[in-house]
Amino acid sequence: MAQNKVYAVPNIISPNTPVIFNPDICDGCNTCVEVCQVDVFIPNPEEGKPPIILHPDECWYGGCCVNHCPRPGAISFNWPVQQRAYWKDKATGNVFRA
Amino acid sequence: MTKWHDFLEKDGKAPPWPYPIRYDQEREIETDVLVIGGGIAGCWAAISAARNGVRVALVEKGDTIRSGAGGPGCDHWCNAPANPLSNVDPDEWAQHMTDIMYPNGIGTQIQCRENYDTLLELEQIGGKIRDTDDEYKGAIGRDDKSKFMISPRYTRVHSYIPGTIKPKTFKSNPDQKLNNVVIRVWGTTFKPALKKECKRLGVQIFDRVMVTGLLTEGGVQGARVIGATGFSNRTGEFMVFKSKAAVLSTAGNYSLYMLNTELSGYNTFRSRNMTGDGVAMAWRAGAELTLMERTNPLMLGTGFKHTWYGGAGDASYENVPLVDANGKKLPWPTQGWADAGAMRPTPDVMEKIIKGVQTGEYALPFYGDFPGMPDIERKVTWNLMLGEESTTKNITHSYEEAGFNPDKHLLQNYNFIEGNSLPQWRNATGGGPVIDWDLKTTLDGLYVAGEQTFSYGDHSYAAATGRYAGRKAAAYSQQINVGKMSQEQVTLEKARIYAPIKRTDGVDWKELQAGIARTMQYFCSEYKTERLLKMGLDSLKDIEERHVPALYALDPHKLMRSIEDLSILTHGQIVLHASLARRASSQILNFFRIDYPEVDPPDWNKFVTVKLEKNKVKTGELPLNYWGDMKANYEAHNKDYEGVYKVK
Repeated sequence: MAQNKVYAVPNIISPNTPVIFNPDICDGCNTCVEVCQVDVFIPNPEEGKPPIILHPDECWYGGCCVNHCPRPGAISFNWPVQQRAYWKDKATGNVFRA
Repeated sequence: MTKWHDFLEKDGKAPPWPYPIRYDQEREIETDVLVIGGGIAGCWAAISAARNGVRVALVEKGDTIRSGAGGPGCDHWCNAPANPLSNVDPDEWAQHMTDIMYPNGIGTQIQCRENYDTLLELEQIGGKIRDTDDEYKGAIGRDDKSKFMISPRYTRVHSYIPGTIKPKTFKSNPDQKLNNVVIRVWGTTFKPALKKECKRLGVQIFDRVMVTGLLTEGGVQGARVIGATGFSNRTGEFMVFKSKAAVLSTAGNYSLYMLNTELSGYNTFRSRNMTGDGVAMAWRAGAELTLMERTNPLMLGTGFKHTWYGGAGDASYENVPLVDANGKKLPWPTQGWADAGAMRPTPDVMEKIIKGVQTGEYALPFYGDFPGMPDIERKVTWNLMLGEESTTKNITHSYEEAGFNPDKHLLQNYNFIEGNSLPQWRNATGGGPVIDWDLKTTLDGLYVAGEQTFSYGDHSYAAATGRYAGRKAAAYSQQINVGKMSQEQVTLEKARIYAPIKRTDGVDWKELQAGIARTMQYFCSEYKTERLLKMGLDSLKDIEERHVPALYALDPHKLMRSIEDLSILTHGQIVLHASLARRASSQILNFFRIDYPEVDPPDWNKFVTVKLEKNKVKTGELPLNYWGDMKANYEAHNKDYEGVYKVK
């Protein structure tokens, strides 16, 4: 479906979604903003909403944002496509990818 | 609504900067001991200085709660021969660990003597160091009485690279029992505990502040260090720290050869925050540095390295047996009990594996055979070693959520199929200020710890040297007055820092870093000659004169990244000067000069030093083992050492 309005913006930094927030669980406490080593996030201007991913290109995949989150399920890690691991079921030999 | 462009869609504009902008404001902070860098070494320095009764300020670019290489976690407490389960004498072990070229004998001796005390202090403040919940009863290496979990690492084989340390029989361990010098730990509990203890002790913590330069008495290069300047990377506020002693506990430089800034996530071990700021500021202040010519492989393979640290979970160590695609076991040691801690195949075994791959004897890809491990050992590896190590907790969690089950799944390994790192991709660590037995640099008032002590170190090394530097800096601060600051030095530094925000176009931090990295890749990596190294210096000078004046930053965060680039640039210049000064090749320094091809010739088995004197580069040298008898000197300098802290 076409977007309502099309802006002239530069290419979006890639990878750009190191984590996915669940807005139903996240209460915007900004713990993840504080524990991130490199300031990937900034607080959302709207209080109570999930933070904004501002510097995804600086993400170290350290995972503190996810590990330290006080509300399980509010934030989950999202590996870039090229970093997704493979594994194999020992019994069936079927190969899976994260 | 979690991306900036969502706001563009919704409001027709980008979100506003969320913090107040205070470029025009200045704060002055006075303290006794200033700790620069709040990672493991910095936190321990702050704690130990504060416990010695002085005022402490701790400054950290990120947030102390999880910052630094050891911030997310740690699974091994290495080189702890003083632990009660060890079968070797600490001094003998320290001597053994320095039986390679270019070790840091002072740091290693401190680690071996004091890191077990440090570990017990960590337990006092809430770090988990024993299997108190009896989760791993029956695991090899678990001591049922103390509930310590000994690691297979270094039980017999002590080196990552086969042959770099000769096997030996210790006088203290004539029966050749397992050495038991490495303890498995629950490192995700450490950093929050350290920050909490800093707060309890009244340490003034300045998170999200980048220290940019050291202040010297009267502004004179080579004079006593009396403070530092910095700024908030969220608000841009300028800060002047006045101190009697400073501990530099910043990291090495993982960006110097990094052509693309967006690869930091693929890099092993370090985030973008590690940009060699400490070495750059020590250099500008006039400290003598050594081993700055040493650079190491960055391990960014052609397909980007799939290490545990880089993300995709390469099961190539921690006791997990490696098998080929048909389930055939590979003779590849995985730092486990079966191979007594060895981590890499010896060259002849490696050749057999390569031949096996080429002839089809070993089918690609390889896998980590988790299901093939005894249940308890698998649990230890997955839950404790990978669940508690630096960035790997994130991996175990997200894989489990995606359906990986170590009981029945083999985890893919990427050896061979990902290719090898190019020699042009390097990190610049293992060099730093020359130190004495107080971990003091050649500048009065300046102490160093962790990676700054011309050493790679590890978590317990950072902790033990930080704790040591903190108490030495505290003792010094108690016998000296505040130094005389030069306003001119502060004014000049302020002008340097804020130049990028005065412009809105030109060269941004990413482009500048790539330019510096390209210079280093071309002129100071695989092929080194005097001509190339001098071209490298010319190239960096050109960047300094032509492109740095065009550097621009649109907000305090980008300002930090821009100033980091200036650290990286200075660091590159130091590496080039040091590389010119070493007119010989060296295997262990990963340093090969075409014009001086002899590898480690006896005449050059020495530390080469570089420093600035009146802004001119001066080179010098120090003998290997310049620290003298490690045991005797450690004891002579620590007669008043009281052991484990008694909580007040």
